[in-house]
Amino acid sequence: MRILITGIAGRLGRRVANRLRRNHEVIGIDRRPCPALPTDIVHHRVDIRRRPAEDVFRHAKIDAVIHLGIIHNFRIPAEQLHARNVMGTETLLKYVSKYNVKKLVLLSSGDVYGASAENSQFIDEDVPLMASQRFPEIRALVAVDRMVQSFFWRHHDIETVILRPTFIVGPNVRNAPSKYFRLRVIPTLMGFDPMVQLLHEDDLLRMLDASLKPGLRGVFNLAGTAPVPLSRILKILGKPTIPVPAPIARALLERAWKYRLTSFPAPELDHIRYNTVLDTSRAKEVLGIEPERSLYEILEPFRAEDQADYTD
Amino acid sequence: MDLATVTARLLKLATKVSDEVGSIISNPELDARMDRVPANLGPYGVDPFGFDPEYLKKCMGMVSWIYHNYFRCQVFGVANVPEGRCLLVGNHSGQLPFDAAMVSTAVFLEREPPRFVRSMIERFVPDTPFISTFMARCGQILGTPENCRRVLSNGDAILVFPEGVGGLNKTWRDRYRLQEFGQGFMRLAIETASPIVPVAVIGAEEQAPTFINAKFIGKLFGVPAFPITPTNPLLPVVGLLPYPTRYRIYFGKPLQFTGDANDEDEVILKKVDEVKATMQAMIDDGLAAREHVFW
Repeated sequence: MRILITGIAGRLGRRVANRLRRNHEVIGIDRRPCPALPTDIVHHRVDIRRRPAEDVFRHAKIDAVIHLGIIHNFRIPAEQLHARNVMGTETLLKYVSKYNVKKLVLLSSGDVYGASAENSQFIDEDVPLMASQRFPEIRALVAVDRMVQSFFWRHHDIETVILRPTFIVGPNVRNAPSKYFRLRVIPTLMGFDPMVQLLHEDDLLRMLDASLKPGLRGVFNLAGTAPVPLSRILKILGKPTIPVPAPIARALLERAWKYRLTSFPAPELDHIRYNTVLDTSRAKEVLGIEPERSLYEILEPFRAEDQADYTD
Repeated sequence: MDLATVTARLLKLATKVSDEVGSIISNPELDARMDRVPANLGPYGVDPFGFDPEYLKKCMGMVSWIYHNYFRCQVFGVANVPEGRCLLVGNHSGQLPFDAAMVSTAVFLEREPPRFVRSMIERFVPDTPFISTFMARCGQILGTPENCRRVLSNGDAILVFPEGVGGLNKTWRDRYRLQEFGQGFMRLAIETASPIVPVAVIGAEEQAPTFINAKFIGKLFGVPAFPITPTNPLLPVVGLLPYPTRYRIYFGKPLQFTGDANDEDEVILKKVDEVKATMQAMIDDGLAAREHVFW
């Protein structure tokens, strides 16, 4: 199969490319340079919204597109974030239908449901995407997910897959949860101890690979570990924690974000306040991938250095 | 009375108190009972809803003390609680939801084998520090239809109060008169083919006799009600504690309903009224049988 990966220059993009090139022909597209790629991977350094991107589709018959080129950095001004994520995806969808690509895989995020006190304990794939309600910065990501969903309904001949993983954690990952676990002293919200799931980046790669199976389509929540209280995770990490009353934490983080002292936007606090447990039964049944990494393995790189082996 | 007898009596009293306190803090009998309750625990000691039996063990001593010594609960027909999924449907009263805790405790302590009953918590709870964590570790879940459906399909028992806060915060005038019922519980029971066990709690109504409910004051504190009782707000905080009335808890025979869960309101309401009539009859019988409010 010839697979096009958007956002190949990112940390995840490279890992996906390296994994897929064993069985497939991989083409990359990214506006950033992507040095040190294996020679059998062709990289096109072009913005997906620009005209030359169409040539990539025109010149090579592409069988599948994996859309990873979505920016999660909320420091980028809202207009730019919107233009690059939403317009980029719109252009990509146009090419996918115009050049008869058989398969489209979007790596969305479990964040699109939104963390809130009103959520049921388990969030399945049919729950409305409410994230922008409390976290306006995330609306571009929600818009991308919705757009691909409606694409799924309009194009029955194209196998569209939307993956919504829970918190992805791993030694190479630099998202909010991984950065949170890397802190030397970990702040928590006083009196809140939500249930969370984690997903190791290696397991995500295996699930992404499995979603390429011919005939497979649909929306899938992904998670690696069973839900566990945040406090147990912090106990395994063995790092000092400081409980902060929620309103104070929010006020402090808002200021810190404004003056660029932190990389966590204040609404991220909802993720350590409310349950965000995804119902992953559909993925288990259809993708058929059992996660390999246990909670202890996932957390190993983040643990305090002077810790003895963890025993419960 | 000489000094020796006084000292001996004081010592005896002290041992009795310390025994009592000891049984509240750790009670191996209750722990053994808790271990017999089937729970779907993950590898980290909690179930997917956040229920932690080890945590609940620590609270159970206190709750069981309140159950035996404060409200001195009398339980009738607890064997009517079947195995497998079921909905316990109760009358709600008493301003603070001690009735929920006592019904769950009754099923845990008196039924053979013991069962664990989950109650549905109000929407503001997950947003409240400490209480949210406490409730979750004790196995209580947010009362969304989706959560109920899931718990019932796991074969658990849940306790619902179709009157909601309308029952909990009603005034003295309306005591032991069932308020308006919601329909959600009936639709869930039909959809999941779960039997309904009617439950009548006698005694909770008198724990906080309320003249009026000053909702506007409650609003200032962000709570749904502010009951004016003989002691509240004259005695701050203490005045809100329930009076030590005696609880009598009646479990009725399970009722099974069939039909279409998405039927018109009219059809569902008829079935709801059937449950309501059964419960009102149980309440009236219980009241007639009661000789005194406090013992």
